[in-house]
Amino acid sequence: MHISDGILSVPVLVTGAILTAGGTALGLKRLRHETVPQTAILSSAFFVASLIHVPLGPSSVHLILNGLAGIILGWITFPALLIALFLQTILFQFGGLTTLGVNTFNMAFPGVIAYFICHPLLKIGKPHSITLAGILAAVIGISLAGLFVALELVFTGQGFIPVAKLVLVAHVPVIIIEAIITAVILNFLHKAKPEILGVDK
Amino acid sequence: MLQEPFANGNSFIHNLDPRIRILFAFFFAIIVATTWHLSALLWAFFFVVVVFVLTKLNMRDILKRILVVNTFIVLLVIILPFSYPGQVIYALGPLTLTKQGFFYALYIFLKSNLILTCVILLLSTTSIFSLAHALHHLHVPSKLVQLIFFTFRYIHVIYRQYQKLMRAVKLRCFTPKTNIYTYKTYAYLVASLLIKSYDRSERVYKAMVCRGFQGTFPVFRHFKMTTKDRLLSMAATIYLLFLAILAWK
Repeated sequence: MHISDGILSVPVLVTGAILTAGGTALGLKRLRHETVPQTAILSSAFFVASLIHVPLGPSSVHLILNGLAGIILGWITFPALLIALFLQTILFQFGGLTTLGVNTFNMAFPGVIAYFICHPLLKIGKPHSITLAGILAAVIGISLAGLFVALELVFTGQGFIPVAKLVLVAHVPVIIIEAIITAVILNFLHKAKPEILGVDK
Repeated sequence: MLQEPFANGNSFIHNLDPRIRILFAFFFAIIVATTWHLSALLWAFFFVVVVFVLTKLNMRDILKRILVVNTFIVLLVIILPFSYPGQVIYALGPLTLTKQGFFYALYIFLKSNLILTCVILLLSTTSIFSLAHALHHLHVPSKLVQLIFFTFRYIHVIYRQYQKLMRAVKLRCFTPKTNIYTYKTYAYLVASLLIKSYDRSERVYKAMVCRGFQGTFPVFRHFKMTTKDRLLSMAATIYLLFLAILAWK
């Protein structure tokens, strides 16, 4: 969920901007000039994946896959998602200009954490460990993203507590769906194209 | 969904130097997002109206866009007056409407909508490629600008690829439902999308190297400020300064 402009308080906005600037700087440092086109094309694939709506009861949810993006991109998740969010702001006004920092941090930082936790599991290379890595990546990615949004709302004002609770509850079904999907994707990628995941067979 | 419906136009704003537009949209957003004065919001509204008139865009198209984006904001605006502590002005069973909550919600509604309208009017009226170009001239790190350029360039290609895959599964009688089978199908779809994109990126990179790519883009065209640009940006700067004084007094 992306927070719009005009909602969060100044300290929250500034903190988000500083953290995202740091993460983006780290990511750009790791990004070699020659790999810019490759990274960009992968991040457009994640952008397109986030436009996919999967059914959930009478409604639907769109894929986020920030955990999977984290596993594949590492620290480069920060610049990749910063750009995805920037494009969303310009193309269809999801999110906002002043909240670019906060929203990027909410999505990218859980991805980076997923990278550090799940990579050792992928290196083991057994189907069970890969499934576990997928489930963990989704749980970490989505639940932390939801938690960050909720915390930012609460830090902005006590009046936001009911909304923050609602945000947390809304993330639970998404976690389950993403866990299934991420686990299947990781198994598929590990069989068909392990170099995307940065593990050699 | 990936089109840029407002980018093609011929107006004062469309022809304005994109660098100036980025700066003004950015400062406008910061001023409006941080203010708690109704008078500042009123003057900000006047700014948006003037820019709107200058863009010559269709009011209905813009309102439609604003309406779609408002779902999250409206959710907040409905809940906030009842959850914000303060002086109770209306009680309906366990729900209590507070005066502070009502005004807080009103401010959020106005601020969000003013900024998003300004983003539509100033930034969505430029193509993403000229925005990337302008960001380059505003000294945004060149790797970041290249990422914007390539990502946007390939979103369309990969979206078409996605539609192709979707058509293929639909031809095989796939109907999305809430079950494991559906989720697995989507997972395979995304996985093959990622693999195809990865392979494509290698081909693209090799093709670029064959054509002499060395990691940087030479920029041939530079933006040039016209007298019109200078006059308009001077007027807008004065206006935004005045707005900032009102907003942060």
